[in-house]
Amino acid sequence: MSFPILSLIIFLPLAAGLVILALPAERKQAVRIIALTAAVLDLVLAVVVFIAYDVAQGGYQFVERFWWVKQLGISYYAGVNGISTPLVLMGALVVTSGVMISWRVEERPREFFAYLMFLGASVQGVFCSLDLFMVFFFFELAVFPKYLMIALWGYPKTRDYGSMKLTLYLFLGSVVSLVGVLAMYFAAGQNSFDMLTLEKAGFSRAFQQTWFLVVFGGFAILGGIFPFHSWAPDGHVAAPTAVSMLLAGVEMKVGAFAALRVAIMLLPDGAHFWAPLILALGTVNVVYGALIALIQTDFKYVIGFSSVSHMGLVLIGFATLNNEGLLGAGMQMFSHGIMTALFFAVVGMVYDRAHTRNIGELGGLFRKMPVAAVGFIIAGLVSMGMPGFSGFVAEFPIFMGAWKTLPLVAIIAVLGVIVTAGYILLVVGRVFFGTIPPKLDETVGDVSLMDKLVVGGLAALMILIGVFPTLSKMAPLIQSGVTPILALVGGA
Amino acid sequence: MAFETLIWLIPLAPLVAFGLIVLFTNRNKALSHWLALSGAGIAWLLSMWVFLRAVSTEGLAGEPFASVINWLPAADTWLQIGVVVDPITAVTLFFVAWTVLMIFIYSVGYHNFGQPAGDHDVPGLPPHGATLKEKKGPARRVLSVEPMYSRFFALISLFAFAMFLLVVSDNLLTLYIGWEIMGFCSYMLIGFWYGKVSARNAAVKAFLTTRIGDVFMLLGIVGLYSATGTLNYRAALADPAVLERLAAADSGVLGLSVAGLLGILLFIGTVGKSAQFPLHVWLPDAMEGPTPVSAMIHAATMVSAGVYLGIRIFPLVSAGWEGGELTAAMQVMAFIGAFTALFSATIALAQNDIKRVLAYSTISQLGYMIAALGVGAYVAAVFHLVTHAFFKALLFLGSGSVIHGMEHGVLHTGEKIDPQDMFNMGGLRSKMPRTFWTFLIGGLALSGFPLITAGFWSKDEILTGAFGGGHLLVFITLALSALLTAFYTMRQITLTFLGEARTKSAEHAHETGPVMTVPLIILAVFAVGAGWAGIPQQFPLLGSISSNWFGHFVGSMLSAEEHVAESYIPLVTSLVVSLGGLYLGWLVYRKVRAGDPDPLARPLGFVYQVFKYKYGIDEFYQAVFIKPSIWLAEVFTYRIVDKLILDGIIEGIGKGALAFGRAVRNYFDAPVVNGAGDGLSKGVRRSGEGLRAVQTGRVQQYMILTVALVVLAGLLFVLVFPGRGGN
Repeated sequence: MSFPILSLIIFLPLAAGLVILALPAERKQAVRIIALTAAVLDLVLAVVVFIAYDVAQGGYQFVERFWWVKQLGISYYAGVNGISTPLVLMGALVVTSGVMISWRVEERPREFFAYLMFLGASVQGVFCSLDLFMVFFFFELAVFPKYLMIALWGYPKTRDYGSMKLTLYLFLGSVVSLVGVLAMYFAAGQNSFDMLTLEKAGFSRAFQQTWFLVVFGGFAILGGIFPFHSWAPDGHVAAPTAVSMLLAGVEMKVGAFAALRVAIMLLPDGAHFWAPLILALGTVNVVYGALIALIQTDFKYVIGFSSVSHMGLVLIGFATLNNEGLLGAGMQMFSHGIMTALFFAVVGMVYDRAHTRNIGELGGLFRKMPVAAVGFIIAGLVSMGMPGFSGFVAEFPIFMGAWKTLPLVAIIAVLGVIVTAGYILLVVGRVFFGTIPPKLDETVGDVSLMDKLVVGGLAALMILIGVFPTLSKMAPLIQSGVTPILALVGGA
Repeated sequence: MAFETLIWLIPLAPLVAFGLIVLFTNRNKALSHWLALSGAGIAWLLSMWVFLRAVSTEGLAGEPFASVINWLPAADTWLQIGVVVDPITAVTLFFVAWTVLMIFIYSVGYHNFGQPAGDHDVPGLPPHGATLKEKKGPARRVLSVEPMYSRFFALISLFAFAMFLLVVSDNLLTLYIGWEIMGFCSYMLIGFWYGKVSARNAAVKAFLTTRIGDVFMLLGIVGLYSATGTLNYRAALADPAVLERLAAADSGVLGLSVAGLLGILLFIGTVGKSAQFPLHVWLPDAMEGPTPVSAMIHAATMVSAGVYLGIRIFPLVSAGWEGGELTAAMQVMAFIGAFTALFSATIALAQNDIKRVLAYSTISQLGYMIAALGVGAYVAAVFHLVTHAFFKALLFLGSGSVIHGMEHGVLHTGEKIDPQDMFNMGGLRSKMPRTFWTFLIGGLALSGFPLITAGFWSKDEILTGAFGGGHLLVFITLALSALLTAFYTMRQITLTFLGEARTKSAEHAHETGPVMTVPLIILAVFAVGAGWAGIPQQFPLLGSISSNWFGHFVGSMLSAEEHVAESYIPLVTSLVVSLGGLYLGWLVYRKVRAGDPDPLARPLGFVYQVFKYKYGIDEFYQAVFIKPSIWLAEVFTYRIVDKLILDGIIEGIGKGALAFGRAVRNYFDAPVVNGAGDGLSKGVRRSGEGLRAVQTGRVQQYMILTVALVVLAGLLFVLVFPGRGGN
């Protein structure tokens, strides 16, 4: 077996988290340094995987496999393809950014960073899994730290409610899809949780049509599908900044990714059967999330609902089941992950300094924190699908795919895009421009160097991909992941 | 270096300037404007070179210079970024490069380069002036330099980049990229003085209104790609076989052909960008930006981009048209264009702000171009686009010069008046002679003053086209608008420059420096000369010595020859409306004294108020679109669906589970199970009550819900797979 790079990516944060927990609580600086080192190393490994992945060859690469529970057909089976490679990179980026953004967390940093590392390990584990049991294993690994992080470090007013709501929804989602997955396991009758084996199981059409909705629906709850989206804004807002970044940026992609990998790829006939419903729900997501974001008075809720809206585009992309739509959805998963992480990072920076998230009480912060403001504006441009930024190269193919499938979906979704421009401009105008309230003028200072690095790095990446989708390898890579999906679902 | 590579460099030069200013020279004003000027200068030089190469190349329309790179994979093909130089690109490049360069140079003076920093100036507000103390004599107030000087040049360079990219692109995707970046720049520049609430609102309004057009355009692009598999102009929009197929296919929407539907979707983009009714509302408000920005938006770039798109999609819009009855999409264009031309001309009649008059006149003139395309007068539309760009840039920069002169007077006298209100001006002819003469030339060109001005030739061609095609209604509407145009232009010139000064500030107004007036003079040359390139050959006397170079060059883009009307009626009409309007304008406004109301206000009465308040369209939109949208978002979506229904269901389930739990406890657990182990039960109960006090009710609900769900899931599993668990 070659160098186990994926295992390293998965277990490095886990190990770092355990080491951190073993440290005495007062060694705060050591905790931070270990967390940052592990996160950066993880990021370097993810970049290596991204660069080393051979697009021409395609398929699953860096594969590792050994039996876990052989009697039940459970194996530790890791590998990445064109869809998951960018997600691994995105996850590592967001975790690293999260560590840097949280540098000044003074309340029990030991536990905070340890849990953050566990979360990182969990998402990487799901992205790299080729075994269904492993998907659930890593997925559930995140539940506990996620709940604790919101409940302990979250926004005091809503953290009990938010953490509980989020945990229950996600738990509900995973239970539902677990039932579906077990159904698949037994129906295939091959005593295997291996997804590549299950792809060829030849489930009957009736079986697929019955169980697709269960499997897809369970995962899609985690992806924020309407009407099961309401955990997302409440959860994101209640969470501390780094966790909001991870939740909206990465965890929602975990849901979407699993919905694609497990439901659509293993039950393609079911996907065809239910595609109109998903298309409809995704469209509702887009418009609904955008409309609610438009009237929020809480800065963070605007971004929380914007995630609901943007994940709708991913769902639409999936449901088109054609090349353009899936390519766009793949791009959107990466782009939205980075974008929303940047959004939440800046929201956190503003809140930490202004001590309010009420848009009416903010204003004129451009002069106080220009780098953060420019970062937010760039994320805003990504979110409204401005050409030259990663959002456009994601949304454009999605609209192409949607038009091919059903022009009406493209037309309605595009209205959501207008509303998106509306809420972004309103927020940018009110928070960063306009007149600064005298109280803020005295107290608010610029963001730290660490913050600027995060903002600059994430923003630069979104521009890089937006301007050079092909040279940056992103689009060809995702295309190489889309082709086998099309072979399974039989679209063009 | 291959010639095609040069084309890429045209947009890149201003982009590099933008990057350098943002990254490095942000704090140095002189370096920043030199970088911006170099960027615009290089783009200008290359554009002229490309233009000369293009006009000296035979058969350019058939075999244009082109170069593409693969950008984004789309199934088994690529979405490409590409550049092309064909006759349309060449003439557009010509006027864009000239106007952009002139606006850049002018901006140096407009933002008071070399003047001291203001006493109380802050970023985000226009400079308020500085107090200059000299060794001798009292302190005096002078203009102060713009605090965000470098930022202005950075943004305007980005703006120029977007426009150049749009012009040289060879497909709709690249065009859309330039289009959207320009939209963003217009937002940043209209809201440049972000400290002003009105500027911020105007910026948001401009961006969102044009964005409505943009997304429909995006749908058109997406639809075109789905239908043809390409977005390239030549492959999708110049191939007769493809167009024929699109014109024949039924789209299933309102009985339109696919070509018609896509044409209309794309045209909505033009409506937004070129501020046509009903998406025109953003343009007058866009005057909140600095005047060079107004000139950029209104002449050189943004609104021209809209018409440029209209020109590019003309083959699609007119697919199936054989010179007789107009296609549905053409009818839409003809109607919207003609209506907008007249509608906004009437509004311009009753505006007092010197820039607002020009803003409505822009909308009106763009309506001419759209109407020209609608009736199939393709060459005339392109021609008017070019001439209008020159004279409108001239007029805007001229108005900026006037405002500058007035501000000088205001600072000097300390009067509290609006330096942009024409009723505060008067008699500026002698104070600002260079501005006056150039403005006069621009105004005459706008009014279509016969023979010598460019505006006459292009407008005459549009009228000829409308008349010749037999579209009498369009012809009459446009002729009437031309009359109004001449009238309000003369009103503007008379109020501003002629007669006596109506305020002290106007008396003390001062001619601006050469950095501002030289660009005016250069633009004035084009405002006259650009028309001579397109004198039609059938024109009496002059036609025989004209080669109508423009008509042949641009006309080569079309496969079919345009038909020519053999009638003097359009020509006579042009002469009458232009001269008549000018004369009437002078007659009515020459005697306005300080404090007088508008002489038209009384005789026109209510109608005048309707014009003045722009038909109440802003208020109408507010009531009919914006308020209901907010209601939809706030009340329906958020409060009713999200909070009441969805969260209500969740909480209902939680409460239900709780009630279920209680029922089990009270009716089964307590009486039945309790009997068996009373003591144990009591203990559990006590600890349970203790815990209840610690937890909030909500958490408990959810906990019970979780348990219930897990049990449910387990049950489901057992029921579905009876007896198979042992495998």
